[in-house]
Amino acid sequence: MRIEGKGRVDVSTPVKFSFDGQGYTGFKGDTLASALLASGVKLVGRSFKYHRPRGVLTAGSEEPNAMVEIGRGAAQVPNVRATVQEIYDGLDAHSQNRMGPLAWDLLSVNDLFPNFLSAGFYYKTFMWPRAFWEKLYEPVIRRAAGLGSLSGQHNPDHYEKAFAHCDILVIGSGPTGLMAALTAALGGADVILCEESNEFGGRLLSEDEEIDGQPGAEWVASMLDALRDTGRVRLMSRTTVTGAYDQGTYGALERVGLHVNGPAELPKECFWRINARQAVLAAGALERPLAFPMNDRPGIMMASAVRSYLHRYGVAAGRKVTLFTTNDDAHRTALDLMANGVEIAGVIDSRPGAKAQGDYPLYAGAEVITTKGRKALTEIIIRHNGSEQKIATDCLAMSGGWNPTLHMTCHMNSRPVWNEEIAGFVPADDAVPGLIPAGACKGTYSTAGCLAEGVEAAKKALSALGGKLPEVDIPQASDAVGASKPLWLVNGKGRAWLDFANDVTSKDIKLAAQEAFTSVEHMKRYTTQGMAPDQGKNSNIGALAILADATGRAIPETGTTTYRPPFVPTSIAALGAGAQGKGFAPERFTTSHDASIERGAPMITAGLWYRPSYFPRPGETTWRQSCDREVTMTRNAVGICDVSTLGKIDIQGPDAGAFLDFVYTNMFSTLKVGRVRYGLMLREDGHVMDDGTTARLGETHYVMTTTTAAAGEVMKHLDFVQQCLRPDLSVRFISVTEQWAQFSVVGPKSRDLLNGLLDAPIDNDSFPYMGCGEVSVMGVKGRLFRISFSGEHAYEIAVPSRYGDALYRQLVTQAETLGGGAYGMEALNVMRSEKGFITHSEIDGRVVPFDIGMDRMVSAKKMCVGKPATLREGLKETDRPQLVGLKPVGAVKQLTAGARLFSAGADATRVNVEGYTTSVGFSPSLGHFIGLGFLKDGPNRMGEVVKMVDHVRNVETTVEVCSPVFLDPEGEKLRG
Amino acid sequence: MRIKCPLCGDRDSREFTPMGHETYMNRPDDEGWSPAWDNYLHLRDNPAGITREMWYHGAGCTSWLRVERDTVTHDILRVELAADVKRGNS
Repeated sequence: MRIEGKGRVDVSTPVKFSFDGQGYTGFKGDTLASALLASGVKLVGRSFKYHRPRGVLTAGSEEPNAMVEIGRGAAQVPNVRATVQEIYDGLDAHSQNRMGPLAWDLLSVNDLFPNFLSAGFYYKTFMWPRAFWEKLYEPVIRRAAGLGSLSGQHNPDHYEKAFAHCDILVIGSGPTGLMAALTAALGGADVILCEESNEFGGRLLSEDEEIDGQPGAEWVASMLDALRDTGRVRLMSRTTVTGAYDQGTYGALERVGLHVNGPAELPKECFWRINARQAVLAAGALERPLAFPMNDRPGIMMASAVRSYLHRYGVAAGRKVTLFTTNDDAHRTALDLMANGVEIAGVIDSRPGAKAQGDYPLYAGAEVITTKGRKALTEIIIRHNGSEQKIATDCLAMSGGWNPTLHMTCHMNSRPVWNEEIAGFVPADDAVPGLIPAGACKGTYSTAGCLAEGVEAAKKALSALGGKLPEVDIPQASDAVGASKPLWLVNGKGRAWLDFANDVTSKDIKLAAQEAFTSVEHMKRYTTQGMAPDQGKNSNIGALAILADATGRAIPETGTTTYRPPFVPTSIAALGAGAQGKGFAPERFTTSHDASIERGAPMITAGLWYRPSYFPRPGETTWRQSCDREVTMTRNAVGICDVSTLGKIDIQGPDAGAFLDFVYTNMFSTLKVGRVRYGLMLREDGHVMDDGTTARLGETHYVMTTTTAAAGEVMKHLDFVQQCLRPDLSVRFISVTEQWAQFSVVGPKSRDLLNGLLDAPIDNDSFPYMGCGEVSVMGVKGRLFRISFSGEHAYEIAVPSRYGDALYRQLVTQAETLGGGAYGMEALNVMRSEKGFITHSEIDGRVVPFDIGMDRMVSAKKMCVGKPATLREGLKETDRPQLVGLKPVGAVKQLTAGARLFSAGADATRVNVEGYTTSVGFSPSLGHFIGLGFLKDGPNRMGEVVKMVDHVRNVETTVEVCSPVFLDPEGEKLRG
Repeated sequence: MRIKCPLCGDRDSREFTPMGHETYMNRPDDEGWSPAWDNYLHLRDNPAGITREMWYHGAGCTSWLRVERDTVTHDILRVELAADVKRGNS
C-alpha cells in the first residue's frame, strides 16, 4: 500500500513490469520488492526444502526469501534478490523453485512431512540401495530442492572487469561512510566511496532522523555536494565490495546494466579489483530476526525493513501491523507507521519492563508463540502474563537486535570478538591490515557515534598514509542507542525458522548437537545452516546461540563459522568477464593464415596458434585422402608448410656460444658460422625439456628454434639460466618468433623451386645439408636454413613477417607448377614419424636422453643444465621404456596413439604393461600404418612381435618392434 | 596481491610466475649426481613465516626476481633483481 507523499520514489515516472506474467506498475526508484509490496503482493517465493510460501523479509542484499528469476530464455538469471533488483519498464520477473503456479506449488506437500526432512535426512535415508542414488534419488531430490533454474544455454549478456586504485576506499555511505569519505578527501587523499544501493546515504534514507537540524536525506544530499566539491572522491553506487584480499586489494561488484532495459552491449555487471592503500569499513549492521514458532509466513518482516519501505519507498508493509521486539530501537517502527496513519495492532516486547514510546498497545514481557495464515499472515498468538491472546494482523515486524556487518574484517582469517554489551560480535583489532572498521559495523549504533567514528577512522587512515589531518566539524545527531536484551528462541509448538533460505529450524540445530555435531562448523554442514545465498547473514548468530545453549557453552566459546568472500552472491560471468568464447584464450595467426583459409584448409590449434590441418583438393572427401596425397606429393616433388610458429630466439654476445653450451646437452661454441646443429635441452632434473635446431649466423650471433608448444617455457628457462645461474656470461637474447615468417620447402624439387625465387641461385656447395646463411629473395633480405623435419632434401626460408603472406603464396604457386603444393599438419606429422623424428608426443616430460637414444648427445666435455641428474641411479636402466618403431602385423592394421604394449603372451592388464604408443599414422610411402612408442628394453627387441591394446578405443592388434626410422635410414635424401 | 618489480614498479601478481625457493639460484658445483644435487632439486623447507622465492615477471620485463615475503601474512618485504643478487650487487 503506497502512502502518498512518503518515500523517495519518483511518482511522476511510473514503471510497468510483470511478475509471474501479471502486469504491475511501480515508480522509478522502486525495487521489485517495494513495488510488489506496494501492489499488495505478499507471496513472492517458495522455500528451499518444504516449499513453504514466503514473502519479502528484508530491504537489502541479505534477503533470504524473495529470490526470483529475471528474463527469459538464454538471458534468464536465477536467484535475483527482489530487494536489490530495481524495476524498469519491461522487467520480466518470475518466481522460482515451484512446481505449478506459485500459489499452489505441488511440492508444498513436503511441508506435511517435516520430521522426515530434518537435518541429515538425505545422509541417513538415501544410503541404500546404492544403485538407486544416481538413477532415482538424486534426480528426484534435485528436482524438488533448490533455488532458481539455469537456462542451460550460453549467457548472451556482456560483463566487464576493471581495476581501480585509490588512497582510501570507503565501504558504505551511511553517516559513518560519508563522514569518513569527506574527512579523507579534505585530508588530500584520493577516495573511492562504494555504496551497495542505488542511492548514497545508507540507513539515513530509511529512518526519520535529523542531522544538524536537517532531515537525514537532505543532509546526505549536502554531503554528496561537499564530496563532489573536493574533486577527490569517486562515487560508486550499485557497487558492493565483495571481499578483502592481500595488500589492500578489494573485490567489488557493480550492477551496471541490471537496473535498466539498456542496449544489448551494455554490460550487466562489472567486477572491480580496487587497490586501496587504506580502507574504512562503514558497512553498518543487519537486524536479527527472532526465532519463534511459524515465523516464516509472508507478512512477517524485519522491523528495520518495514521502516525502509515506509521512508524510502513510501510503502506501508501492512494495514494492521504488529511488532515483536527485544529492544527499544524497533519501537520506532510503530511510531513511524502511526505517524503515517497505519494502525498498530500491538507491540510485543519480550522484556518485562519495556515501556511504550507512544500511543499503541504494548505487551511487555510477552512473546509471539505462533502465527496463522497459509499464504499470508492473518493472525498472531501471543503469550502474555501467562495467558494466550490472538491478535489479527497482516504484518508482523520483528527485531532481535542488530549484528555488525563485520564480514570483510574476517576475510583474512581473523575471528570476530563477542561483545556482551551489544550482545553481538564485533571485529577483532587489526583484523585486516589497513582496513579500519567504524560505526555500526564496529558495534557503535548511535548516529552521533557513527558520525564521530567516521571522522576518526579517516584520520587514522590519513595518518597511516602520512597525510595532513584536516579539521572536520562533527554534525549534531541523536546519541540514542536504546536498551536491548537478547532473546534467541521462543519455546512453543511448531517449527521456528532460523535460516529461511535453506529451511533450517531451531530443531535442526538441536538435533545436530544431539547427534554430536557440536562444533559450529560441523553443525553448519550437517544442517546446511548459513549455506544459502544469504550465507547466514540473517541467521548465523541466532543459530550458534541455540547451539551454544544446546551444548551448554557460552556464545563466544561456541564461536562463529568462517566468513569468506564474496559478501554477496557474485555471478561467475562477472568474475570471468571477457573470458567467454573467443575471449577465453588469445589467438595467434601466422602470415599464411588467410591464404590457408582461402585454400579451404581446416585450421587446428597448436597452443595458441592456428595451423592448417590439410588442404583439400577437388574429389577428396576425407582428411586421409588429402594427407596421403600431400605426403606423396612432397616426397615426389615439393611441399610448402608454414613453420613460423616454432619459437625463434635471437642470441647475441661474445659468450653466446658458452651460454648455448650450458643450456644444450651438446656443443654449440664449436659450431662453424653458416652451420646449423640439432640441440637437445634438458630440465635440471635430467629430463628432456625441448629440442630444436640452432643456427650460427655470425661469430657472436645465433638463432635458436624451439618447438611451437614449448617456446614460452624455453624463453623463461633461458631467462632463468642467464639471470639466476650465469649472469657472468656476456650474452643477450630476445624472441623473434613474431618478426620472422618462416616456411619449409620440402622435397626433391625444393632447390629448383627456391632457385626460381632467390636472386642468386644456390647449390649443394653453397648450401650443404645443415648449412645456413643470408639470401636475397626477390629483393628481400632473408635467411635460408637447409634443415629437414621430413627426411627429404629440404630448406626453411625466413623473411621479415610483412613479406610472409606474399612469399607463402608465391611458394605454393611455384610448388603447384612443379607438381607439389601446400601441406598441413597431418602430412607434416606423418612425414616426421616416417623418419622417426620426435615431438612433444614423445618428449612428454617423462623421458631422459637415454630413453630416446640420445644419451651420447650429453657431452662429456662440459657441464650443462640437467647433466648431473641424468647420472642418477635408474635413469639408464635397460628396462626403462625406450623409443621404438612399430608396424602392424596382426589382423587389425590400424594403430592408435596412447595404446599400451604387452608381451605377446601376456594378459592385457595393468601389471603387464611394457610400454605405450605415442604417435601413429598411415604411411603412404610404406603403404601401412606406422607408430612410434616406448617399450621396455626396446632397442634390444627389434623384430619381436608384441601386443598393442587400446582399452579406450577397443583396438587390439599385434605389432612388430622395429627401428623408429622407417625411411631412408642412411639419410641419402637429406644430402642429395 | 602486488609485487614491486625493481624495473616496472608496483604490478599485479598475475604478471608474475613463482618458481619456488631461492635455492634454485644456488646450483651445486658437483659434476656428478650427489646429495647436494638431491637437496637442490628436491628438498625444500616449507616455512610458516619469512621466505625468499624466485618470481618471473613474464608479463612484464622478463626479469627473474628474488622476493622476500611472509607466507603467513602474504606481506612482500623485499624485491630484488636475481641477477643483482647473483652478482653480489644487492
